[in-house]
Amino acid sequence: MSFEPRIVGIFCNWCAYMAANLAGTARMVYPSALKVIRVMCSGRIDPQFVFWAFRNGADGVLLAGCHPGDCHYMEGNAKCLRRYRLMKKLLPQFGIEAERLRLEWISASEADKLKRVAEEFTEEVRGLGPLSFKGVELGILEEAGKGQARL
Amino acid sequence: MDEETRIGVYICHCGRNIAEKVRIDELLDFAKTLPNVTVVRDYKYMCSDPGQKLIAEDVEEKGINRVVVAACSPTLHENTFRNACRRAGLNPFLFQMANIRELDAWVTESVEDATEKAKAFLRAAVNRVALHEELEVGKTKINPNVLIVGGGIAGISAALVLAEAGVKVYLVEKEPTIGGNMAKFDKTFPTLDCAACILTPKMTAVKAHSNIELLTYSEVEQVEGYVGNFRVRIKKKPRYVKEDLCIGCYECVEDCLFAEPMFPSEFEMEIGKRKPIYIPFPQAVPLVPVIDPNTCMWLTAKKCPQYCREACEPDAIDFNMGEEYADVEVGTIIVATGYKPFDAARIPQYGFGKYENVYTSLQVERMLNSTGPTGGEVLLANGKKPERVAIVHCVGSRDENYNRYCSKVCCMYSIKLARLIKERTGAEVYNFYIDIRAAGKAYEEFYKKAMEEGVYFIRGKVAEVTDIAKSEEEKGKLVVVAEDTLLGRVRRIPVDMVVLSVGLEPQEDVDRIRNMLKLSCSADGWLLERHPKLAPVSTAAEGIFIAGCCQGPKDIPETVAQAEAAAGEALSLIERGEIELEPNISFIRRERCSGCRICIGVCPYGAISFDEEEKVAVINPALCRGCGTCVAACPSKAAQQHLFMDEEIYAEIEGVLL
Repeated sequence: MSFEPRIVGIFCNWCAYMAANLAGTARMVYPSALKVIRVMCSGRIDPQFVFWAFRNGADGVLLAGCHPGDCHYMEGNAKCLRRYRLMKKLLPQFGIEAERLRLEWISASEADKLKRVAEEFTEEVRGLGPLSFKGVELGILEEAGKGQARL
Repeated sequence: MDEETRIGVYICHCGRNIAEKVRIDELLDFAKTLPNVTVVRDYKYMCSDPGQKLIAEDVEEKGINRVVVAACSPTLHENTFRNACRRAGLNPFLFQMANIRELDAWVTESVEDATEKAKAFLRAAVNRVALHEELEVGKTKINPNVLIVGGGIAGISAALVLAEAGVKVYLVEKEPTIGGNMAKFDKTFPTLDCAACILTPKMTAVKAHSNIELLTYSEVEQVEGYVGNFRVRIKKKPRYVKEDLCIGCYECVEDCLFAEPMFPSEFEMEIGKRKPIYIPFPQAVPLVPVIDPNTCMWLTAKKCPQYCREACEPDAIDFNMGEEYADVEVGTIIVATGYKPFDAARIPQYGFGKYENVYTSLQVERMLNSTGPTGGEVLLANGKKPERVAIVHCVGSRDENYNRYCSKVCCMYSIKLARLIKERTGAEVYNFYIDIRAAGKAYEEFYKKAMEEGVYFIRGKVAEVTDIAKSEEEKGKLVVVAEDTLLGRVRRIPVDMVVLSVGLEPQEDVDRIRNMLKLSCSADGWLLERHPKLAPVSTAAEGIFIAGCCQGPKDIPETVAQAEAAAGEALSLIERGEIELEPNISFIRRERCSGCRICIGVCPYGAISFDEEEKVAVINPALCRGCGTCVAACPSKAAQQHLFMDEEIYAEIEGVLL
């Protein structure tokens, strides 16, 4: 059997999560690898959530918020973008391929985009294979993760 | 909390919606293995009364103190179950929903995968709810004033309902008069009663009502605040005529330096002319002229003897008028900004702007109107009556190149125009249609009547309108070329006049309004309702409602129904007097705060200040809207967000992954 990736989606309440609801009402099938949890705003996404997901066995993390200018809280998505860029630089230092993290702007009406992104990203992560923390001892990472996240 | 955590898990079948994709028995067994779970049940419809009573019974008899419902999306029923918890004597926030319908059963191919995914969501919810804390939610008073943006039939209808109930209404319209598109129509389908006869009494009622403050030629510039407490800045464009002094006598218009109207009139869809100083139409409200700064000789070149000012007895004309701003406070907002007609020039093969006898439907409405530029006559450019007229349906609608949606009203108004043109000119009228959509009370009968009267209907989308004649009969005529899909052949119909039934599009500046109010829109640009069926006039933003065509194409009866529904929603809020604030606001754990002030900079609402004495940040709960960006930014985990605490989200992530 081929490798089934595990992907955590962290979606904002107003746009991306609404698109996920709409995908449901429109019965758009997408890979069950993606499991979405909800925050009020993509600006709430603490980089530690992403690291925590990888630490706990995620093979990919998909962040999604409102399109630029459409944020329900004015500019939370812009803050998310800045943190995303930082994380993209940081992940390889942990031995995690930067491609395992993705940020998308998905408006409340873009259920089709959600479906497309879910399919593309699942395939991409499937291609990368299971997360293996190349070159990093897992124990060290676990310690680091615990230490910071459970402050 | 010292008390032992006892979680009740309730799995909803949602009829067959969930049950046909998720193996409920397997999920029940799985739930029993999760930590702290003491009660596990399933039910056909958890949202029903008996479903909700299950929770109350278990709180009473089994002593559960946390609740997880695995059902639909929290945006649909989170409040339903929070209230059920509250009624059962449990703090409503000791509850979590697992969305196994929209995020799972409806989007997953196989039963196997859907069941596994449901387990993940359920585990995440159980993990999370164990960490939930009791919350008390703050309340805010609802300012009883209402702002209505847009003075078309939707805005007018909503304003009158509210004003009659004793509510103070600010009605803002960007044009010099209220009335919107409906004021341009001649007659309305399916009753053929005159638009002005039913609209103008409402317009004057708006003007006369002491509870309505009418702000025409004005635009909403800025909106701050939240439900119950919006602060709105309205820009009043200079009209150069003082509204309070003008008596609407027309003397200024008559005495204008330009003896004859010579500028295209916006209200007449540019087939009529106006002067630089004008009143858009005789029943305009307010009946006050406006001076167009782009054509007035004084305002453009400072060269004019100002005859208008001399003619004005009450001395209402003021060329020094500038932009003015009005600041108002309201508790609720109704957006009724309407639509704009599709620009027919975008489809060059239909010849609008190229052939002088190709008109848009709104231009023909103006011709048919007795106060319009032709005094109610349908005339060709040469002043003669047409003998043959073609009406082209679906211009810019149901067309992959322009708009995919159906504009809904064009079939009916095209049939109306056909009947009116036939009645006024005796011309042969041909309707070119894709499908006739006459769904509505007495609409089909209206269509039948048109056929009985001898209006022709040709089923086929028009390919082009051309003046290149292929036969003697076509010479000097406009030829409409279409494939008649009932006959299965291409037909060429020579006519004198072509009417393009343009579709409806979102207003040009709707994005500005949308961004200002933080509303969403559909892929086509129409404002998005909270729920397409159950909350059609509410929006994702609490206290902001939508009515009429800004939400999507609709006819007058539907628009009025929505407007009155929106007024009802606003009244309901006002009558309640206060509303619960968002529960998910942020707070600072003072003992952890190092006083770095990073959070102050990221807060979009200025809700965080710095306590200089204790050297810690402080969040004002009344200003916090609960986005949580300060929480993500805080380096010492001092900032936290209710219902979205770090620990809760970690637990949820672990849950979906383990």
